Parts: sequence; C-alpha cells; structure tokens
Amino acid sequence: MKVSLFITCLADVFYPEVGRATVELLERLGCEVDFPVAQTCCGQPAFNSGFHREAKKAARHMIETFAHADYVVAPSGSCTAMLKEYVHLFSEEDEREWQEKARALAEKGYELTQFLVEILRVEDVDATLPVKATYHRSCHMTRLLGVKDAPMKLLSNVKGLSLTELPCAHDCCGFGGTFSVKMAPISQQMADEKVSHIKETNAEVLIGADCGCLMHLDGRIRRQGKPIRVMHIAQVLQSGLEQEGR
Amino acid sequence: MGMQFGDVVFYRRVDKGIRDQFMRNAVRAAQERMRTSRLRAAEELGDWEEWRQLGEEIRRHTLEHLDFYLKQLSDRVHELGGHVFFAQTAEEATAYIRDVVQKRDAHRIVKSKSMVTEEIGLNTALEAIGCRVVETDLGEYILQVDDNDPPSHIVGPSIHKDRERIRQVFAEKLGYTGSAAPEEMTAFVRQQLRPDFLTAEVGITGCNFAVAESGTVCLVTNEGNGRLVTSLPPVHIAVMGMERIVPTWEELEVMVGLLCRSAVGQKLTSYINCLTGPRAAGEVDGPEEFHLVIIDNGRSDILGTEFQSVLQCIRCGACLNVCPVYRHIGGQAYGSIYSGPIGAVLSPLLGDEELYRELPYASSLCAACTEACPVKIPLHELLIQHRQKTAEKERQSPLGERLAMKAFGMVFESPRLYRWGTKLARTALRPWEEDGVIRQGPGPLQPWTSIRDLPSPKRETFREWFENRRKRGEQP
Ligand code: SF4
Repeated sequence: MKVSLFITCLADVFYPEVGRATVELLERLGCEVDFPVAQTCCGQPAFNSGFHREAKKAARHMIETFAHADYVVAPSGSCTAMLKEYVHLFSEEDEREWQEKARALAEKGYELTQFLVEILRVEDVDATLPVKATYHRSCHMTRLLGVKDAPMKLLSNVKGLSLTELPCAHDCCGFGGTFSVKMAPISQQMADEKVSHIKETNAEVLIGADCGCLMHLDGRIRRQGKPIRVMHIAQVLQSGLEQEGR
Repeated sequence: MGMQFGDVVFYRRVDKGIRDQFMRNAVRAAQERMRTSRLRAAEELGDWEEWRQLGEEIRRHTLEHLDFYLKQLSDRVHELGGHVFFAQTAEEATAYIRDVVQKRDAHRIVKSKSMVTEEIGLNTALEAIGCRVVETDLGEYILQVDDNDPPSHIVGPSIHKDRERIRQVFAEKLGYTGSAAPEEMTAFVRQQLRPDFLTAEVGITGCNFAVAESGTVCLVTNEGNGRLVTSLPPVHIAVMGMERIVPTWEELEVMVGLLCRSAVGQKLTSYINCLTGPRAAGEVDGPEEFHLVIIDNGRSDILGTEFQSVLQCIRCGACLNVCPVYRHIGGQAYGSIYSGPIGAVLSPLLGDEELYRELPYASSLCAACTEACPVKIPLHELLIQHRQKTAEKERQSPLGERLAMKAFGMVFESPRLYRWGTKLARTALRPWEEDGVIRQGPGPLQPWTSIRDLPSPKRETFREWFENRRKRGEQP
C-alpha cells in the first residue's frame, strides 16, 4: 500500500525522530512510503488566528502537493483535523472547485494511529517498551477528529508497557497553538494542572500523538525540573524494533 | 450595572483571577460537581446525541421563523389581556419598565431569574427613580448584599464564593450570627425576604422560554421564589431576550429537559412555573397586570450572520462547567455578565466590540464547550470567526501579527522559502542553545520561553534525513 506522509512542521524541525519512527513503522508494516517534499505546513496557525486568506494559501498548496496520493498520513491529530477543515475554508460560490479538491484530500487524510487501526487493520505492532507511562489525549484528535480508541488499542499491545489512566484526561493541556504564547499566563496554569495530574500517575513516560501538546508539556516539565520523559506514540510503537525497520 | 463591569483591561483581570487561589478552588469544585452530574443525567436519558440533535433543530427552526413566532406570541399575550412591548435597545426597555412602575406609583420590587435584566442594567435604572429592588434568587441575593459584586457564572452567579465566604458576607452586612450550613443560611435568607415578597408592588422575572402558541412564559427555578415573585405582587413584568421562544408545549418539554440536565444535572428542576396571562376572572392567583418585554438589544443584528447559532443558546452554563480557561481565570475576568465560552462569543456581539476584543483569543480551542453544548452551538468555531473579523480589521494596519501572518502565507506557499526558513531558524538560534534546549529565547520566542523550555531545532530536519536516506540508498 502506498502512503504519502505529511510530516508536520513541528515534527520536521523539532522532532525529526517522530517522522523517522513514522516512516520506519509504516515500512515495517509493509507500506511504501512517499514524502512529497513540496509540503510545508497545514496552515493551522493562520487559520486559528483568524487569518483565513493566508490559511487558504497554505491549504491550496497542501491540496496540490497531495493531489496524487492514495492515503495521506500524519503523526498528528491536530494537523489531520486541519486537513479536513479545508472543506469549510472554501465556502464561497466561486470556490466550488477548490472545495471539491479539499473534500478529496479530507477523505484520504488519516492520523497515524487511525490509519493503522482503520486501514491497515493492525492493533499489535509488536513493539516493546517496558516503562510506566500515561497517555495524553489531545483535544483536536479526540474531539475534532473523533479518534479516541485507536491509540489505546495500539498501546495496550505494546509489550512491557504499563499504562495508567491520566486523571482529568478530558482537560486541555493549554497548548492551543498561538494561545500558548498569546495567553501565556493562562496556558501556564493549564499546563501545570496537567503536569500535576501526570505526576499523580507516577509515570516515567508521557505519551501523546501531537507534537504541539508534547512540545508544550515537555517544555513545562523541563522548566519545572521534573524527570518525566515525553514520547510521541510513533516512537513508542517503533520501540524495540528500530533496527529491524531498516 | 449593565452588561459590562469594570474598566480594567483583560490581561490585568486575568492576572487577578489567576492569583485568586480561593476563587479558583471554589470554581474548580463547582465545575467538577456540575460536570459530573450533567454526564450522569445525560447518560440516564440515553441517546444524548439524538436529544442534542433535536434540541438544535428546535432552536434553529425557531430562529429561522422568529418573526412568525414573535407575532404569534405577542398576539396570544394580548388576547389573554397582557401587554407586550418590543424594545429595540436597553434604554427603550428600561424606560418602558420604569413607566409601568411609575404608573402604579410602585416603590418596592422583587426580582427573580433574569440575566437579561442585568444586561440592560435594570436595577440601576429603577433605583434611580427611588425604587428598592430586591433580588430573590439566592445567588443573586448574595451578590446584591455583597455591595453588588458582579456575577461570575450564568447559572450560579456567586459560584466564586464558598459557604464560609457567604457566611461572612451575611454576618458583615446583615448581622447574621448562624453557622455556614447551607440550610441555616437559606432559612435566614427566607426570613429576610418574606416581608419583601409580601409588600412588593411589582414582580420582575426573566423568562427561560416563551411558548408562542399559548402565550406562556416559562420559568425554571430551583428555589420556588419565582412563584412568589410572579403571584404575590399585583404586577408582573417578564423580560425576555427575543430569541427565548419555542413554538409549542411539545418543544418546551424537550428544551426544559435539556436545560435542567445540562445546567445542574437534574432530570427536572424543583420548580417549573408556566404563566399564561394575568389573573382571569374566577382564578385565585396570578397578577392583575402582566407585561412581557421582548428585548432585541443587538440580537436581530446577529440573525442571518455567521454568528446566528449563538442565539440558540439556552443559558444552561454547561460550556462554562467544562472550560479549563474559565476555571483558571474565573468568571469575573471576562468583564461581562456573560462569562466563559458563551460569554467570549456573545459579549463582543451584544456589547462593545472593542472592549471585548481579547475574549475570543482567551481559548485554546479545545472544543470542550462545543462538545458539552446541548443545542450544538459550535462555540470554538465561533471564536475563530471572531478572530477572523478582528484579523480583517487589522489588515488596515501594517503591524505585528498581520505582518507575521503575511510572511506565513508566503512561506507556506513556497517550499523553497519554507526550507530556507527552517534552516535559518536553526542557525540563528544556535547561540541560545544549551543542552538541546533554549531556556531564554530572543525576541519572538520570548513569550514561549518565559514559561517553558523550547527544544532546539535539530541539526538534521526530517526532510533532510529522508533525502539523505534515499541518497545513502537506505530506503527499501
Ligand atoms: S452555549 Fe450552549 S452550553 Fe453554553 S450556555 Fe448556551 S446552551 Fe448552554
């Protein structure tokens, strides 16, 4: 199966290892991985700030970049949700054509764990990671994209992983893109509350499926000097198998 | 008081809210309680999603035919012998009500259940003509006694005070000597209010829903005081926002069920008063004179715009009870009687747009509010709509965010610029790196690094790795 990767800008620049794990994982599961180099960013920062003209530019570019793809897979619930938002972005009369194209992209866009479970139909990827961990369900992934169970199914089959449920899992971590800098004091309070819940679980590792939330929480955890490691779910699912993947 | 309170800038109010640990604990406890009971009540109902769907359809249908239903409602109320007044503005509404009060030469007024009278600043207007206005809902009563402290929640206006704080207020202002037990304090308030009920010449209430077909005003309360306000004084004035309407009793039942469950997690509240017209010949209770004041105050400007769905709101407060931002800054930080997510959407529409321009940005867009809303208002999307309006306006000025976003548009349209930008960032940030992180970033990174470490950009971006891998022939 041919898969076109959408590696979000955060993963590209700050967390290339998340992209690498995604590639190796998909290849190990028999996919042919393609990375359209023209891709840039999904446009979410502009869209959520209300700069819809700029967001449309990003959208058109992404739509064209992935026009050839059978499946578009991203290691991010939030950016995948944004791909689906393009349909609403082109709502004017004279944008019908773009709306159609946007719809086509939305239909083939998947978040990584969603793709594994719904399309590849795998729930056990044979990974091993003997740590105590907890999982942060990010808001856009669960609420906007509606992907709730897929990560849990996959994580429950990771050997050695002991997963404790995060108290108040339904609460936002306070990242929210530009919110994290525009409203930093509120964002900080939300992060601290989340971090204290994470601490309650005694987890050594915090797992998540969105680099944005992870970057924010990791940054706050480090600033507080707390010894909790942050991992993207792609890395967890490729744990113990890094060499085989090549 | 009016819709707006305080004149401090939003950021300062946020700061004050965050520092008020007492308020935050009180809000957290209340949120937790209300959220849990709402989920339980929704579960009991079964198929919550279908109910929400139905709720949304009813509200949307009504808004789409608002003219028709408003006319039907007003005709019915007239037929029943009541008076109807359509007020375009807050001033028109208060002037009409003042007039009714003055014609009766009334000076003592009791009130119950009304956000909209807060919105139009009715108490101040009535006090200016020498009336004594007494709030009879417990929450509002507490605030009134506490030197008109502003409300902080649309269902529990005094949610920011706990029992002990309330006991203190009563002791200080009313000479209360009892304990902080809710029963004892409620009994005390009841004692205080009794003479007011018995002597009031006018009773003023809000209206949760008006039934167009029958001309009925429906009040949902938990304390039973609504009944006294509407039946003891000879005059009853009900004040409603023009959108608070349902076609028939059938829809009323659905909406009341959704309201009670979403607001406090009860199947029904203790009291649901339905009032149809003034006292008729042979009836034993009800007011001699009934007025229905229907308020526009900016609402019709929202009809037909991208914000129309906000008028579906039934003021249940469910969105506040799940909002983490609300929890940390408290309701008073919003500077409007409408706080929380619905307040952030509604206040800039009904109030001074400039004054409330920061509110739509005070959201991480986590969509917990949208998920909780029983009538499916896409609150987080409406917040983005507000931001879009602000952004459009800012296009006029060549500053700050606009420039950044313009650059953004250019970069993300062009793979070459993007690649160049990420490389540049990597090199430019090198001097600030320390053990793989940036602790104190320069210029634009400052707001991020003021509270968090930033991972430093990696030596090899993902795309470089992918290309190098291909060159190295590692790709299978
Ligand atoms: S927006 Fe929805 S959840 Fe919030 S108060 Fe209105 S009806 Fe309730």
